[in-house]
Amino acid sequence: MSLNLAQRVASATPPKLARRIRGVSDRTIAWLFVTPTILLLLAVNIFPLIWTIRLSLTNFRTNRPNNPVEFVGLENYRKILTNPDTWASLQATAHFLIWTIVLQVVLGFSLAYLINKKFRGNDLWTTLIVLPMMLSPAVVGNFWTFLYQPQIGLFNYFIEFFSGVDPASFSMIGDVSLAPWTIVLVDTWMWTPFVMLICLAGLRSIPPSIYEAAECDRASKWRQFWTITLPMALPFLMLAVLFRGIENFKMFDLVVQLTGGGPGATTLLTSIDLKREAFEKWRTGFASAYAVILFVTVFGLASIYVKALNKVKDR
Amino acid sequence: MNDFINGLLRLRRGPWEMVATVLIALGVVMLMQPIALVLFTYSFLVTLIGTVMFIVVSHFPE
Repeated sequence: MSLNLAQRVASATPPKLARRIRGVSDRTIAWLFVTPTILLLLAVNIFPLIWTIRLSLTNFRTNRPNNPVEFVGLENYRKILTNPDTWASLQATAHFLIWTIVLQVVLGFSLAYLINKKFRGNDLWTTLIVLPMMLSPAVVGNFWTFLYQPQIGLFNYFIEFFSGVDPASFSMIGDVSLAPWTIVLVDTWMWTPFVMLICLAGLRSIPPSIYEAAECDRASKWRQFWTITLPMALPFLMLAVLFRGIENFKMFDLVVQLTGGGPGATTLLTSIDLKREAFEKWRTGFASAYAVILFVTVFGLASIYVKALNKVKDR
Repeated sequence: MNDFINGLLRLRRGPWEMVATVLIALGVVMLMQPIALVLFTYSFLVTLIGTVMFIVVSHFPE
C-alpha cells in the first residue's frame, strides 16, 4: 500500500525528534513559521525607521563619520519647516501629484470603459496601450528628453502641426512655466495604462445580469453608468489612486532623467530635494528629519484612504 | 451634531476618527498650499497629531 506524503515524512523523522515535535502546540508551530518574517520586517522596516528618527535629532553627517555627533533636538525640523525652498519643493510635488492623478484617473477609466466593449482588435489595442508602463523610467525619461528637444524633437513639431506655433520658439524642458507640465505629461503617458488595467479589472467584475435587469427597467445608458458601472468600479478606482498617489509622492527616477529638477527648482520634487540633502550636501540629520516629515504625511494619508476604501467595499 | 458630540464624550471610534481624518487632511493641505509660510510651518505638527490620534482612536469601541 502506498503511503501519502505526510505518512512518509512522519516515518522518515528520527524517533527522538518526533517525540520532541509531538509536544509542541499548534500555537508554537505558528510562531515558528511567523518569527522569520517578523524578524525580517523588524530588520528592514522598523529598525531603519527608528534609526532615522534618532538621526533626525542629531547633526550627523555621513561624509564626516569621525566628527562628534551632537543632539540638536527639533532644530532640523524647525529648519525644514521654515525654509521657503522646501516649501516650494512641496508645492511642485503637489502640482505634479494632483494633475497626474486627475489625468490618469480620467484617461485610464475612459480607456478601460472603451476596451471593455467587444470590438475587433480589442486585444491588440490593449497590448499597445499597456506598452509604455513596461518600459524603464530611465529609458522613458531619456527618450522624452529627445522628443522635447526644440530643434529636433518631434513633440514641438506635433504642437506646430496643430497650433502653427514655431517649433524652435519654445522649449518644453527649458521653460519655467512649461517644465512642470512636461513631467505631468510623461508620467501620465507612462502610467495611465496601469490605471486602465485596474479599472478594467473592476469593470469586468460587474455581473452582466445587473445590466440586463437595468435594461428590463428601461434605464438609459447614462443612468446605468452612474448607478451601476461607476459605484461598482469605485473601489478599484480608489485603489488605483492610492497606488499612483503613493508612487508619485516619491517620484524620482523619471523626473531626474527628464529635467533633473530644473529649470531652477521648478520641477524639484521632494524626493529629489531629499536625495540632494542626503547624498550631495551630506546633511544626514537634516535629510532624516525631512524623510520623517514625508513619512508621517504619506502614512496619515494612507490611513484615511484605507479607511475610505473599506467603507466603499462594505457598501 | 448631538450624536457627534455624545460620541466624542463617550470615546466612540466614529466621531474620533472623523476628527483625526480632518486633522490629517488639514495638515496635508497646509503642507502643500502656496499661500502662507506660517501654515507650512505648523503643517507637520497638525499632521502628526492627526496621525497619532488616528492610530489611537482606531482601537476605540464602535
